[in-house]
Amino acid sequence: MTIQRRQFIAAIGAGAVASTAGCSQSNGGSGGGDGGDGTDSGDGSDGGESDASDEAGVAGETLTLTTTTSTYDTGLLDEIHGDFEEMYDVSVDAVAQGTGAALESARNGDSDVVMVHARGLEDEFMRNGYGINRRDLMFNDFVIVGPEDDPAGIQGMESATDALTAIAEAEAQFVSRGDNSGTHTKELNLWEAAGTDPGGDWYQETGTGMGEALNIANQQGAYTLSDRGTFISQRSEIDLTILVQGPIEDGPEILANPYGIMAVNPGVHDNANYDLAMAYIGWITSPDVQDAISEYQVNGEQLFFPEAVSENPDFQQYVPEGWSSESTDE
Amino acid sequence: MPLDPIVPFVPALFESPFREGYVSSVIYVSLYVSLAAVALSTLFSIPVAIVVGLTDFPGKQFVKSVINTGMGFPSVVVGLVVLFAVSNQGPLGSLELIFTKQAMIMSQFVLATPPITAISLAAVTGVDESVRDAARALGGTRFDVALVVVKEARYGIATAVLAGFGRAISEVGSVLIVGGNITSADGISKTRTLTTAIQLEARQGQYETAMVLGAVLVALVLTVNAVVVRFGDRGVQP
Repeated sequence: MTIQRRQFIAAIGAGAVASTAGCSQSNGGSGGGDGGDGTDSGDGSDGGESDASDEAGVAGETLTLTTTTSTYDTGLLDEIHGDFEEMYDVSVDAVAQGTGAALESARNGDSDVVMVHARGLEDEFMRNGYGINRRDLMFNDFVIVGPEDDPAGIQGMESATDALTAIAEAEAQFVSRGDNSGTHTKELNLWEAAGTDPGGDWYQETGTGMGEALNIANQQGAYTLSDRGTFISQRSEIDLTILVQGPIEDGPEILANPYGIMAVNPGVHDNANYDLAMAYIGWITSPDVQDAISEYQVNGEQLFFPEAVSENPDFQQYVPEGWSSESTDE
Repeated sequence: MPLDPIVPFVPALFESPFREGYVSSVIYVSLYVSLAAVALSTLFSIPVAIVVGLTDFPGKQFVKSVINTGMGFPSVVVGLVVLFAVSNQGPLGSLELIFTKQAMIMSQFVLATPPITAISLAAVTGVDESVRDAARALGGTRFDVALVVVKEARYGIATAVLAGFGRAISEVGSVLIVGGNITSADGISKTRTLTTAIQLEARQGQYETAMVLGAVLVALVLTVNAVVVRFGDRGVQP
């Protein structure tokens, strides 16, 4: 049924699709990757193909990246991906989903590489065998934003948990993402660290992306936790201000927001485009691209701080946090 | 054809905040997916409507109820079901349809089929009994009778197709889930439709640009409707 339908669609759409190179290329990429991409590039049997495939065994293929809304909505990925697509003659399908959903897509084998920001969820993902070759990629920080009149009086507090406790005690409006995203995970961790169980009329779970959550907070004069990048890129549209800074502006370390990148384990999902995923991870952690990340600005401010290039080894980036080969852990 | 009046018109009026080619590629994807889905739905729905409308069989009322219930399917649920089907873990996983236009067409097919079937069915049922009798009396086969009925019901069927198209092109929940709202890095849409583009702008708090895209969507639907109605009128008054 479906195959017939698809062929029919292909027939009626062939002419139209061919006219848009990007679409037909990506279709070809995913079709060609139909279980065959690993062997094609692996056994070097592509001598009969064009020169393009001699440059890199991945030419013409499509990399599916599931990621968070903050990397996508700030425009960073669109800014840097052109370079990668040109270098390898591939296309990158960036799907902005939020950390929880991005990992879930990868868990189902629907993406090749994940770029997210919730270390706890990333570690679980690795421990379950879905993700491999994790690298620290970049960081920025979270900030607690709220209305300028600051009804809970948290401005300038040095401790994020004290600030949340003050908000809870004042029962001031607080907007939570409520969507299992990296930001939501961080927020829940902060409440836990503050020893407060948020709930009541003042605490609203919106189930939306960061931009929408900021809009809702803006309209209701509420507090919310935001990553700095999304807040900066939206600041001109809203009246909220930063009340508790993150570590980039000397705020508490607990508000750090590190992004990690992992390839989907081809041992679990043999359709994952592992070659291209590793090429992508190699590319995005290279000095040149790390520079490009640090140079990326919105409204004159740097949004992301590269973290992948370092003289000093940081072995913890490759394994679940706290994992050690000596421990009896797993 | 409907593209021409809209695409150059938008950047001229609004000083487009979008990159070159973005809006037209998003419109293209919207139209491609919706028209393909509606075409497939129509091919499926009209025979079903004719069979259900012109024959009597046990359980006919139940079939009608199922079709009518389908009109109320929440698109997000349809999206989840199609996601389950095309996901790598799903029954169609090996086809690698996730995050493609084909997957979006599948979900819109599921969404557009019930309204097209239900409205076509009403149109077919509404054709006067005497028309059928006349066709039969003139020695028509069953197929001939069906053709005559479709011809009589064409205006209702056109309405059905338009209703299906309206449902497909204005739907956001399922195409977002199965399509992934993807553009390439140079801003050319791969699976981003007008509705998911609007959703993206709204997520970023850019309500003005979201409104611009909304206006484009309304203009597009209006254009398609105008074309079909015009076409239909010409058919009615030869």
